Amino acid sequence: MSEILTTFFNLDIARQVFPFLLEGLLTTFKLSLLIIPLGLAGGLLLALLHTQSHYRAVRILVNCYVDFFRSFPQLVLLIFVSFATPFLGLDLPPILSLAISFTLSTSAYYCEIFRAGIGSIPPAQTEAARSTGMSAAQTLAHVVLPQAVRNVTPDLLGNSLEIVKGTSIASVLGMSELLHNAQSAQSVLFSPTPLMLAALIYLLLLWPAVRLVSNLEAAMRLRSRH
Amino acid sequence: MDATPSLIHTFFNPDILAKTAPIVLASAGQTVLLGFLIIVCGIGLGILLASLRYYTRRRTVTALIVGYVDVLRALPPLVLLIVVYFALPYVNVSIDATLATFLCLSAILSAFIEECVWSGIAALAQGQMEAARSTGMTWSAAMRHVVLPQALKIALPQITNRCIATIKNTALGSVIGFNEVLGSAQAASSDFANPTPLTLSALVYIAMILPFVLFSRYLEHRTGSH
Repeated sequence: MSEILTTFFNLDIARQVFPFLLEGLLTTFKLSLLIIPLGLAGGLLLALLHTQSHYRAVRILVNCYVDFFRSFPQLVLLIFVSFATPFLGLDLPPILSLAISFTLSTSAYYCEIFRAGIGSIPPAQTEAARSTGMSAAQTLAHVVLPQAVRNVTPDLLGNSLEIVKGTSIASVLGMSELLHNAQSAQSVLFSPTPLMLAALIYLLLLWPAVRLVSNLEAAMRLRSRH
Repeated sequence: MDATPSLIHTFFNPDILAKTAPIVLASAGQTVLLGFLIIVCGIGLGILLASLRYYTRRRTVTALIVGYVDVLRALPPLVLLIVVYFALPYVNVSIDATLATFLCLSAILSAFIEECVWSGIAALAQGQMEAARSTGMTWSAAMRHVVLPQALKIALPQITNRCIATIKNTALGSVIGFNEVLGSAQAASSDFANPTPLTLSALVYIAMILPFVLFSRYLEHRTGSH
């Protein structure tokens, strides 16, 4: 038992690599803070196009975009963007490949969520707001969207959580986020402790988020039943 | 003027396609088989865990199930995969990449399925089980014929979404050397110094996942129309 502990949770090694892993964690945070707002903006834009457009063709195009990128695995998209663009004569830095591929696919998911939120608001609300003299944009900004976002908050949080987890695949491009730093430390020190420590850090940080999403979903179900 | 032909020549080169397609498609067969096994095992285990959580009156059992589910929902799949694949050899347990992918993704899927099925059961009226038991059905017969069919029907859209995520995650196996579609395409792409195999791998993944995405859209449409 103690042998297993000194292998997997070697305190000397843990102390040694902890600052390095924190550096990686900081990059994980930065990547999430870059990608989540981009995805939210893209998703909202697509959802507005879908719900507000009078043209059937626009709705069909948005649906095609969403279905296409929901079927495209994140890692395959990331590898495709970063390994195929050099053949076009473009040499994208990894951060840009990451931002492009994540924005393309996460905006598809956020679009579906925003669309469901906007769909949950009865059309009579829009009609009432418009009849008071509000413009279409004011109605969206002050009446429809605030309620729509509140109705889908658990889904928005859940999707953002998935994106934070997804930043771990940036390690494949050699970006020094948490997982990548843990893997380098593991191969340099020849010890699994950095990997276990990284898993523990992910767990400690994301577990509260998982609980929060579950509880919000349960509260939402309860509210919709009444 | 000749931008289009040269684009096709680079990204969908017929000669290279003819040479590499057999390799990529062979690994597609493996990926489909593994994906199928993961989905069957993950869903089976998830339903079993949700039923156990419903059946048990012991707090410790419930806490263990909830802990299992939360940990696997909080850990990024790639982190789990890398910990299992690279950390276990330190205690002389060597595990091959295919088995590691299978175990990790099945465990993660079972956690998400447990959560979906559990909320499906929770959405049913308690009277369902009681009424079934009062007709003389045993607990397991009532579960199989009354509670689970209804709970699964409620959970079907979420279950479909998790299956989509799981098939997409099989691409992560390429990181630890499981020879799935992306892995073999990357190898072929660097052998021929051409992105055509990568394009093919993206198309293969989309072809595998799109039916599930369309099915989930159909489910959403069906429930939305009521």
